[in-house]
Amino acid sequence: MGAIEVEDLRKTYAGGVEALRGVSFAVRPGEVFALLGPNGAGKSTTVRILTTLSAPTAGQARVAGFDVVRQPREVRRRIGSVAQSSGVDLTATGRENLTLQGHLFRLPPAGLRSRTAELLRLFQLEAAADRPAMTYSGGMKRRLDVAMGLIHRPEVLFLDEPTTGLDPESRAVMWKEVRRLAAEGLTLLLTTHYLEEADQLAQRIAIVDGGRIVAAGTPAELKREIPGEAVTLDDVYLKATGHPYRGEGG
Amino acid sequence: MDFLSDTWHLFVRLLRATARMPVFVLISIVQPILWVLLFGQLFAKVTTIQGFGASSYVQFLAPGISIMTALFGAAYSGMGMLADIDRGVLDRLLTTPVSRGALIAARILHSAFQVVIQAAIILAVACLLGARPHGGLAGILTVFLAAALLGAAFAAFSNALALAARKQELVIAVMNFIVLPTTFLSSMIMSRNLMPGWIQGVSRFNPVNWAVTAARDGFEGRSSSEVALSLGLLAVFALICAALATRSFSRYRRAM
Repeated sequence: MGAIEVEDLRKTYAGGVEALRGVSFAVRPGEVFALLGPNGAGKSTTVRILTTLSAPTAGQARVAGFDVVRQPREVRRRIGSVAQSSGVDLTATGRENLTLQGHLFRLPPAGLRSRTAELLRLFQLEAAADRPAMTYSGGMKRRLDVAMGLIHRPEVLFLDEPTTGLDPESRAVMWKEVRRLAAEGLTLLLTTHYLEEADQLAQRIAIVDGGRIVAAGTPAELKREIPGEAVTLDDVYLKATGHPYRGEGG
Repeated sequence: MDFLSDTWHLFVRLLRATARMPVFVLISIVQPILWVLLFGQLFAKVTTIQGFGASSYVQFLAPGISIMTALFGAAYSGMGMLADIDRGVLDRLLTTPVSRGALIAARILHSAFQVVIQAAIILAVACLLGARPHGGLAGILTVFLAAALLGAAFAAFSNALALAARKQELVIAVMNFIVLPTTFLSSMIMSRNLMPGWIQGVSRFNPVNWAVTAARDGFEGRSSSEVALSLGLLAVFALICAALATRSFSRYRRAM
């Protein structure tokens, strides 16, 4: 059984915008899977549905073995979610943010205290633990965001655009964190519009364009389908979609 | 149980955020004191109008300003919800198993709590200026309860509106539109005896007036059956507003 199973997922928003036009993929337990595509391709909509924030118009999705529509509570207990728009309470300190998150997952107080301390250490936030998050740098905020998603030791972690807006140094730190989590056997679904990020971090990639998956496979498989040497994901993208990759420019 | 403990943890979060804004705390303490001093001076002579029915205006004003502060403070509670939506905090909370009702309940509780603290300060200042709580401790608790219920109701309504409209400007406009007329269609600053007949009639159906009369009758130690009726009506009104906010919240979640 897959950690994430998505079948013909469709989402049409109230205004008639078709964000997803039939997306299917499966993520194996312990795998790092990337949804790659420009802004507006449907990556965030997919993640919103898988994290129970949004209901699909049609299709099915199971996360950690539970249906996201019929068993949202079971899903929520087993997932960590790090959204693109953060979600850190800026008036609260790092420690308070983590503690509240833990309370809402109903962790017992003693375990929560040690887990909070552990995560602060792991994400190098110890020195800033008792400062309000509004004093944090972008990289620190993002690390806190990821730590919050891990407080309850989830089975699956969603990382929506984990390095967007970060400077190169913070991005390198975040890549290291993702690799460490992957090594621990956590199932990771990450979305990104950076070709290099998907190439570097993910075991398998699905290229999303216009609400559909246009190509999927390991980075090596995807590149192998293109004739020639020094094939990059840019070439893969061009072949799959018919237009060159524009990334954040959209 | 989960609902209660979630509400508590979310309430603590809101309280902490408020406490970390010293200027906000200072203003919310000084502002009601200012009302008591200002209105107390400005309208000092109205008690001499025949039929006003109170000997000292500060005595008359203290419970009224407690309710006014509750109304003004709670009416904009929905703004906090919108800020949480904008910053992604609400989405983050919604991906946890948190009780959905607790997300609304914590905001209502936060407003009610804030309002009671302010009422306590107002009554204390009024007593320094010569007001006397003839209703004793029970009377003071009645003022607190009336303020808390009205605060809870308006906080709930404000959140319902915020979640339906999702625009700060709209919340401000609608609440401004409601707050002042409901204030003046009550006996908050003017004795009921001196109101024109039609305002007397309308005020009977005004929850703000229910709160004002309950608070004032309690503070003065007057007839308890009428106080109980006003508080009962207020409680029903608060429950209706809370139901409205909960409904608005589930609609908001379904629309995502």
